[in-house]
Amino acid sequence: MSAAGSVTEGTTVGADAATQAPSGPSGGRAPASASSSRSPRRAGFRFGRWFGETGWRHLVAIVMVVFAVFPLLYVLSASLNPAGSLVGSNDLFQTVNVQNYIALFQNPDQPFGLWFVNTLVIGTVTAVATVFLGALAAYAFSRMRFSGRRIGLLSLMLIQMFPQFLAVVAIFLLLSALGDVFPVLGLGSQLGLIMVYLGGALGVNTYLMYGFFNTVPMSIDEAAKIDGASHAQIFFGIILRLVAPILAVVGLLSFIATTGEYVIASIVLTDPNTQTLAVGLYLFVSQQFSNNWSIFSAGAVLAALPVMVVFLLLQKYIVGGLTAGSVK
Amino acid sequence: MADDDVSTLEAARPEEDAVASVPQRRPRGNRNRDTRRTQSRVIAGGSGIGGLIAKIVLLGLLDAIAVWAVFVMAGLSMWIPISIVVVITGAINWIYLGRGKRLPAKYLTPGVIFLLVFQVFVVLYSGYIAFTNYSDGHNGSKADAIASISANGLKRIPNSPAYPVNIVERGSQLYLLTTDPKDGAALLGTTGHPLEVVKNATFDGDKAVKAPGYRTLNLSEVLTRQDEVTSLSVPVSSDPNKGALRTDDASTAYVFKSDLIYSQKDDTFTNASGTVFVDNGHGEFATKDGSKALSPGWKIDVGFANFARAFTDPQLAGPLWRVILWTFAFAILSVLTTFGLGLFLAMVLNHPKLRGKKVYRVLVILPYAFPAFLSGLVWAGLMNPEFGFINQVLFGGAQIPWLTDPWLARFSVTFVNLWLGYPYMFLVCTGALQSLPEEVDEAARVDGASPWRVFRSIKLPLLLVSVAPLLIASFAFNFNNFNVIYMLTRGWPRFTDTTLDIGSTDLLITMVYKIAFGQGGVRDYGLASALSILIFILVAVISIIAFRRTKALEEIN
Repeated sequence: MSAAGSVTEGTTVGADAATQAPSGPSGGRAPASASSSRSPRRAGFRFGRWFGETGWRHLVAIVMVVFAVFPLLYVLSASLNPAGSLVGSNDLFQTVNVQNYIALFQNPDQPFGLWFVNTLVIGTVTAVATVFLGALAAYAFSRMRFSGRRIGLLSLMLIQMFPQFLAVVAIFLLLSALGDVFPVLGLGSQLGLIMVYLGGALGVNTYLMYGFFNTVPMSIDEAAKIDGASHAQIFFGIILRLVAPILAVVGLLSFIATTGEYVIASIVLTDPNTQTLAVGLYLFVSQQFSNNWSIFSAGAVLAALPVMVVFLLLQKYIVGGLTAGSVK
Repeated sequence: MADDDVSTLEAARPEEDAVASVPQRRPRGNRNRDTRRTQSRVIAGGSGIGGLIAKIVLLGLLDAIAVWAVFVMAGLSMWIPISIVVVITGAINWIYLGRGKRLPAKYLTPGVIFLLVFQVFVVLYSGYIAFTNYSDGHNGSKADAIASISANGLKRIPNSPAYPVNIVERGSQLYLLTTDPKDGAALLGTTGHPLEVVKNATFDGDKAVKAPGYRTLNLSEVLTRQDEVTSLSVPVSSDPNKGALRTDDASTAYVFKSDLIYSQKDDTFTNASGTVFVDNGHGEFATKDGSKALSPGWKIDVGFANFARAFTDPQLAGPLWRVILWTFAFAILSVLTTFGLGLFLAMVLNHPKLRGKKVYRVLVILPYAFPAFLSGLVWAGLMNPEFGFINQVLFGGAQIPWLTDPWLARFSVTFVNLWLGYPYMFLVCTGALQSLPEEVDEAARVDGASPWRVFRSIKLPLLLVSVAPLLIASFAFNFNNFNVIYMLTRGWPRFTDTTLDIGSTDLLITMVYKIAFGQGGVRDYGLASALSILIFILVAVISIIAFRRTKALEEIN
C-alpha cells in the first residue's frame, strides 16, 4: 500500500509540495528571495515591489477566474430565471425560482429523468467494464513476458490514435446488421452502444494502468506465489487493491468521456426514452433554441453537477493521471 | 531481472491455474509450517474451484449464445459472419481451457475481442464501404431491390378475387391469415414472406380464423394497430410479378400488382406505358438514356469513385478544400492558443509567494470539469446575435453576428475552444514546470541571463520535451473536435456555392457526420466513409512526422 501511495504523490502535480522552486519570469528578480521564500517576511512592504512580484499575478488570475467561471454562473442564473427564454436570461440572478427544474421533469416528450438515468447507467457500466478490461490487459503486459508483447503495446498505441467515432458509418452499419441476429444489440440498444464503447477500452487506458502496475514491486507477487496463490488470486486479491488509485482515475476519465459522447450515441440511440443527456439535450435545445433556454439551462446544471463535483473531489488523482505521460 | 524471475516461477508451476494442487514438490521442512502451508493451499484451492465453476459457466454461456447465433445466421445465410463467430468462439475456448503458456492470452482476450470487433474491424469496414455506393437508396442486394421495386407502386387489379383475412400475430410481427378463394386452403404470410399453406388451421365456416402458434387479433387490437395492418403487403408467391395481398379493413384482402413488370430473362423492368428500365451498371435500373431511374437501387463496388467525386464534383470539391484548410487551421490554432494561455497561466500561478494559489487553480480549471457538449450549447446561447448576453449586455445591444458571419464564426469557435482547452494545458504545464530541475535555472541566472532569456532558452525547450507528445495528441484531438463545432455552430454559416449542408466552420469530421446522417438529402455512407479514410490518413501521417520530430528533440537534449 505504501508503494502505491508514494507513486500517487509522485505522479500528481503536487500543488503544495513542489512550489519551492522559484520560477516564472519575474522569479529571478531577487535571487535572495528564493532562499527566504519559505517564511513570508513582510519587512519593508512596498506596493511597487509587491505588485512587481506577486500583485500582477493576482490581477491575471482574477481576470482568468472571471473568464473561466462566468459562463458557468450565467447558466446557473439562467436556470433559476422564470422568464424562460434566452432574452430573459441576461439579468443575472435578478429573480431566483426553481420552476425550471420542476418543469424539466414534467415534459413527456423530453424525459429528462430518463436521460439522466440512462447516462449514469451507460457511463457507469462502460467505466467499470473499461477499468476491468484495461486492468486485465495491463496486468498481462506488466507481469508476464510473452512473444508479441512489445508489438502488442505498440499497436495499442497506434490504434488509439484513431478515434472510434471516425468509423461511425461502419459502426452504424455493423449494429444494424447485428440487430438482425441479436435484436438486443442492434441499433437503438444501449447494450450495443456500451459494447461499441468497450472497443476503446484498451489503448490509452491500458497505457496509463501499465505504467502504474509497473511501479508495484514484483516481490509482492512472488511472495504471494510462494504462499500458493494462483495468478488470478494475485490479480484480484492483491494487485487490484494496490493499484486502486489508477483504477479510479481511468474509471472516472472513461465515465466523463462516455457521458459526454455525442456522435455514436446520437446514431445508435434513436428513441427519446433510451437517449443520453448529450443526445437528448442537444435535440431539445436545437429545436426551439431561444424559447427553451431556461429549461435547458436547468438541465445543463443538473447534468454537469455530478461530473463537476466528482472531478473536483478527485482532482489530484485526475491531474496525476493526465500528466503521467508528460512528467517523468 | 524481475521479469526473469517470473518466467522461472511460471515454468516451475505448469499447472498454474489447475484447481486444488495438493502440495507435492515442496522440500520437506518444519512440520508445523508444512501443515499451515497445506491449509492455505486448501483455502486457495477452494476459491480456485469457485473460479473454475465461474469459468465453466461463463464459457458455457458464451458457447450457448454462439450456437444460437450460428443457427439464426444460418437462417439468414450469413456465411462469413458465421465462420467469424465459430473461429472466435473456438479460440476463446481453446485459450481458457488450456494451461501454462496461454496465460497472457487469458488476460488479454476480453479487451482484445472488443478492440478487434469495434475498433479494428469497423475501421477496415469503413475502408470497404468507401469503395461502394452504399447510401440511402443503395443499401441492399440487387434481389432486394427488385422485390422492393415490384412492391412499390402496387395497384389493385380490377378483377381480383376477394380473400377473406384475419390478422394474426407471432412475436410482435403481424401476419395475414387468409383462405384461398379457389381451393379453400388456409394460407399465411407477411410482408417479405410470401403466402404459404398452413396445416391444422381452425376454420369458421369457409374462413380460416386461427393458426397454431399464432394469436388472432381481436377487433380493438386491429383498430389500435391499423397502420401496421394496412401497411402489410404479402406477396402471393415468390414471383414478384404475381402481385401481393393488401387489406384496408382487416377482413377482406385483394391482389395488388405493380405496374412495373420484371423480366428475369432480360433483367429489365417494363412499366405500363412500355418504358424499359435496364441495369445501368451504377446499381440502379434506369432508362437507356438515363433520364429516369427506379428507386431503390442496390449496393455495388465503385472503386475510387467516391474519392474521385470528393475532389472533382463541383458541389463538393471546392467546399471540401476549404474544409480541409479550416480543419488544419483550427487544429493548429487550438493547440497554439490553449498551450499559450495554459503555459502563461501556469507560470503566473506557479510562484512561491503567491497567496490563494490553490483557490485560483481550482477555479481556473472549472471549464475542464464542465461537460464539453454542454459548453458548446451554453456559449451558443451567450453568443446569440439577437438575444445573447455578449451582444445584449457586454456590447450594449449591438448585433454582432458571432456565429453567422463566416470569419467571426471561425473566431468564435476557436475562442470557445480556448475556454474549453486551456485548463488541460494549464494542468500539464504546471506539472511539467514543477518537475524542471532548479539548478539549470539558477546557473543561468548566475550567468546573468534575463528571466525572459531563461524562459526562452532553458525552460521552454525542457518543457517541450515532456509536453510535445501531448501537443501532438492535442492536435489530433482538435483535428476531430466534433463536439465544439457541432454544438456551437453546427458547421454553419453554410457555404453559398453548394447545395450540400457544409459550412465555414465545418471540420472534416462534422462534414462526414452530416453527409452520413444529416437531415434532408441523401445519406451517402460511401462518400462519408471515403472522407473518414482521408481523415485517418491525414492524422496518421501528421502524427508520425510529428512524433519523429519530437524524438529528435529528445535526443538533442
